[in-house]
Amino acid sequence: MNKRKTSLFFFIFSMVFFYLPLLVIVIYSFNEGKSMVWQGFSVKWYKELFLYSDELWRAFRYSIFIAIISSVVSTTLGTLGAIGIHWHKFKYKKYLKVLGYLPLIVPDIIMGVSLLILFVTVKLKLGLISIIIVHTTFNIPFVLFIVLARLSDLDYSIVEAAYDLGATEMETLKKVIIPMLRPAIISGFLIAITLSFDDFVATFFVAGPGITTLPLRIYSMIRLGISPVINALSVLFIGFAVTLTLSTTKLQKYFIK
Amino acid sequence: MRKDKKGINYTLPITLWLTIFFLIPMGIVLIYSFLKKGLYGGVELELSFEAFKIFLNPMFLKIVFKTILMSLGVTIITLIIAVPTAYYIVKSPYKKMYIYLIIIPFWTNFLIRIYSWMAILGHNGFVNMFLKKIGLIDSSIQFLYNTGAVILISVYTSLPFAILPLYSIIDKFDFSLMDAARDLGATNKEAFFKVFLPNIKSGIFTAGIFTFVPMLGSYVIPKLVGGVNSIFMGNVIARQLTETRNWPLAATISSVLILITMIFVLLGSITKKRGGDYE
Repeated sequence: MNKRKTSLFFFIFSMVFFYLPLLVIVIYSFNEGKSMVWQGFSVKWYKELFLYSDELWRAFRYSIFIAIISSVVSTTLGTLGAIGIHWHKFKYKKYLKVLGYLPLIVPDIIMGVSLLILFVTVKLKLGLISIIIVHTTFNIPFVLFIVLARLSDLDYSIVEAAYDLGATEMETLKKVIIPMLRPAIISGFLIAITLSFDDFVATFFVAGPGITTLPLRIYSMIRLGISPVINALSVLFIGFAVTLTLSTTKLQKYFIK
Repeated sequence: MRKDKKGINYTLPITLWLTIFFLIPMGIVLIYSFLKKGLYGGVELELSFEAFKIFLNPMFLKIVFKTILMSLGVTIITLIIAVPTAYYIVKSPYKKMYIYLIIIPFWTNFLIRIYSWMAILGHNGFVNMFLKKIGLIDSSIQFLYNTGAVILISVYTSLPFAILPLYSIIDKFDFSLMDAARDLGATNKEAFFKVFLPNIKSGIFTAGIFTFVPMLGSYVIPKLVGGVNSIFMGNVIARQLTETRNWPLAATISSVLILITMIFVLLGSITKKRGGDYE
């Protein structure tokens, strides 16, 4: 059938389109020479990456730190918010749902610019704290919606049963609700970590002079021109993406049961 | 559903956070666009429409127009590639494996993905080196720093974000409906356009928004691989904020960008609702 051929064509096109550039990077990360002319196999750029790229690794540590803190905060706020929205009635519920959705549809750059203007207005020093605030803010809607989706599959009568059997609010939360929501909380947390670790634009505006995250560092390296060290770093990134993809599907299987 | 007051306990933290770090900053941006430019960046507390007057200059309006046009173009190209790709994956017996193959570029750093194209298309990039080696060209061709490069790399970075929502909606689609339509005399084309497409409308909408909204706020790709004629609103905002230091103007352009985003999202959700009424 014609349609199958058409869709096969686009599928193959997408795959080649996705992987050709990545493949070129992987191959050239082992190039002896500095340019894109092949001069023989070498791991010297990996040596340089691991041994002589202190600034890059400092940026990496900042990125990890920021990603973890902002993901913990956004996952906590998002999960509690979702429970409140789904299972409780209160006056401003409708507004909160819209408010929780809005950061999703506001471009990244606007998030960065508006928070920069806020921080300058209230004279908050730009740096770690301002970056963590930005990342938490753009992460919240993702956690909120993932947990809300999971909640709509759950049966409230289990929670009611816990109350009927004499559990307090905290006990119910800790022993019934959180365990039931665990898969959603974990995927929300993982998405938050990834988004935070990946963000360049919003961070760019609020980072200030002192702190450099990994994407900011990569950006300035790219602007200086093509460097074989970035090739090697890219391979680490691609490897990380592959591992993450394979392991989360395993994780999900394990937690969903 | 409980009607006690505990809902507030659960939702107060998120409400406060989003109010302080999202709503208020947006409000400040709006206010700044009506203030006078400060001498060394920042603003002075004085009502002024100067920023709007500057903004109405044809040069800025042209950039707004171009940003919308380019974003629409990238969205359409992305959807044209993404819909059949997602369709193929759903229909394939190896769909799980293929979906992993889509998620891997989705999880590879955004800048690295842009970089990989720069390494291929650049002046001393892979393509130029290859063409020289086989003797097809003597001096490098400049593939980067033009509008085409911006479009190509934008499609590249958006494609996984479009394929994934399309995949999840097409996966739920009941394909026997297409057979039924054909049994009732519809041609393949009719079955595709009148049964399949309306049913996956919400997926197309989501995929479109995931491509279109980030494109409207595009900054990095035009900055890294665009030429002088491929400036987006995001680039102007950044320049006004960090170089020219005209904060009211940066705020004005930001407000317009928010407004455009909202208009398109609303328009999209209206068409989405119409699609839902289709049956």
